[in-house]
Amino acid sequence: MNKTIISWLQVLPMATILIAFVGIPLATVVSLSFWTFDGLEYYPDFTFENYTKVFSSWVTWKIFFNTIRYAVITWAIALVIGFTVSYYLVFHVRNLKIQIALFLLCTIPFWTSTVIRMISWIPFLGREGLFNNALMSAGFVDQPLEFLLFSDFAVILTYVNLFTLFMIVPIFNAMVKINPNVIEAALDAGASQIQILWNVIIPLTRTGIALGTIFVMTLVMGDFFIVRVMSGGQSTSVVSAMKNNIDQLFYPQAAAMAVLLIAVVVFMVSAILRVVDVRAELAK
Amino acid sequence: MQKSKKSLGVTRRSALKQIGASASLAGASTVLGAPMIWAQTIKDVTLLHLGPSYSAFPDMAAKASEDLGFKVEVQNAWTDGIMARVVNQPDTLDIADLEFWATQRVWRRGNLQNLDISRISNWEEIVPMFRDGKNFDGSQMSTQGTLPYEVQYVDSEGGFASGATGEATIVPTIYNADTLGIRPDLIGRELNSWAELLNPEFAGKTALINVPQIGIMDAAMAIEARGDLTYGDKGNMTPEEIDKTIAILIDLKKAGHFRAFWSSFDESVNFMAGGEVVIQSMWSPAVTAVRSRGIDCEYRGLKEGYRGWGNGLGLMGHLEGVKRDAAYEYLNWTLSGEYGAFVARQGYYGTVPETTKAALSADEWDYWYEGKPAAIEIKDPFGGVMEQPGRVRDGGSFQQRVGNITAWNTLMDEGQYLVERWNEFVAS
Repeated sequence: MNKTIISWLQVLPMATILIAFVGIPLATVVSLSFWTFDGLEYYPDFTFENYTKVFSSWVTWKIFFNTIRYAVITWAIALVIGFTVSYYLVFHVRNLKIQIALFLLCTIPFWTSTVIRMISWIPFLGREGLFNNALMSAGFVDQPLEFLLFSDFAVILTYVNLFTLFMIVPIFNAMVKINPNVIEAALDAGASQIQILWNVIIPLTRTGIALGTIFVMTLVMGDFFIVRVMSGGQSTSVVSAMKNNIDQLFYPQAAAMAVLLIAVVVFMVSAILRVVDVRAELAK
Repeated sequence: MQKSKKSLGVTRRSALKQIGASASLAGASTVLGAPMIWAQTIKDVTLLHLGPSYSAFPDMAAKASEDLGFKVEVQNAWTDGIMARVVNQPDTLDIADLEFWATQRVWRRGNLQNLDISRISNWEEIVPMFRDGKNFDGSQMSTQGTLPYEVQYVDSEGGFASGATGEATIVPTIYNADTLGIRPDLIGRELNSWAELLNPEFAGKTALINVPQIGIMDAAMAIEARGDLTYGDKGNMTPEEIDKTIAILIDLKKAGHFRAFWSSFDESVNFMAGGEVVIQSMWSPAVTAVRSRGIDCEYRGLKEGYRGWGNGLGLMGHLEGVKRDAAYEYLNWTLSGEYGAFVARQGYYGTVPETTKAALSADEWDYWYEGKPAAIEIKDPFGGVMEQPGRVRDGGSFQQRVGNITAWNTLMDEGQYLVERWNEFVAS
């Protein structure tokens, strides 16, 4: 009896925070998504109209596809970079001090704001930007490359630039925990470097990979600002479409889309957690 | 649903009437009350003016506070943000600085109060297009889009009156005639039509503003000029016209005609200054900002005319008593010259030319309003040098520019459909 009360009390602070800052706003969004809207005002109601509108429009499918495409491409690039960097730091840099110093180097870009790091790509990649000027004066091209800015390329480049660290940190963390004896044992048993990488290191870092994947995926899926600025408003993500709706006071439709996005993200995250039991692995 | 909407409408209207009644009572009591009490309390008033950065300025609020003896504060938001505040959090602001099409959109919510025109001392001096919808020569202004006059007056039912009445929705304060911004140095020839926005010659070097209500008008001006479509009313398209317009735009977008769509003032400046675009939707101060970097940028009049817009100040419904008196004083202050001169120096027009003229120097007036070559260095509102002597304002005089407005920023009957289709265009 007493124990039950104590555990309830222990749960209480976290539960209060979660209910106040996640539960209530989420419930508001969900209920708003069923309200009716007359172009200016919305009224309490229970209608599926907002959902019908969202589901029946090809735009919804297109922007979900587009957002997931951004997420997957960014994830793949971030994974390769993140894994390689962590591998180098953990297995090639023997000196602990240098290792820590190099790891901190990776975080230096985070000393400035995301917005500044994003915006600074624009004068670099633009038609009259530094990169194009350099290419042209070196004689590689005679017309400026236009795909560099206000394009999918620019959006993904920025995502990778901003989000790769979120892949590096968890993978690094998982790799450091690998007991060197395990690798030695594999070597003694005659495994090649590739076999060690594939059969020992990757399986043992999968928690890190899973966590990094969750970070990168949710960051990309939740973005509207980078896609708007770096695509020059030419491309739309789920959240930027939501923002357009909010700007026009179309709150119920935005809410319906938000609910749909939450469903998709929850599905993706739970799929990842199903493959990798992050909790059990972290407890090791 | 239809039913509950109606009943809501009735309650709103009767609520409005009640507010009106109690308001006039409060007004009476201040008139009858001792002026001493009034003088003591008005000093404690703080008014919050929520407006876009092109019309609500901290400098002007400070000047008004100094002149009026009570405190005026400004907060900046874009039109969408202001509409959201007026509709959803009406108590968080006192004075709403709204575009006319935005007024048309939010008025029926009933969160703004009717303005008593007899309390606006310079009302009769406001340029005629707002007061009676007439051009300088007495002819009817274009009604394509939201002509301010159409949503200027309130009728006895609380809706928009078709002619002048004693009550107004908002007091017009600032307006302009917009056209396309171009980079003459990169184009290398004369342009004189909106159709140039769609000219394949500029493929990949054009941009539109990403606000559906305004972007669609720029696009429609260009599409009509090119001869693809003739609209019944560009400012109030039928669903078929919206479909056709969006289809043309989607084709252009797929063919790579647009470099970008801008959502903020600085984006429009950077696109132009960075050479990303050579012709695009633009605002007058943005053109100025590009020029001030030493880059040639023009804001010429085109033969199909200008796209006009106007902003005005509305009083929120919760204002009463001394606070409302103060708000009226502030509205009157914005029409008294200082504010008009400030906005003139950034390339817009105040709505009362006489007081603006008095507040500007004669040389400034000649440059900004008369279209004469600058006799002196022309300075921006903050004192920075903008133009050298000899330069003539693009588009010429006040009458030439404003008189040639052929369409207005707009709220369409099919506004919701337009926004949905516009979002498709942007996502395509």
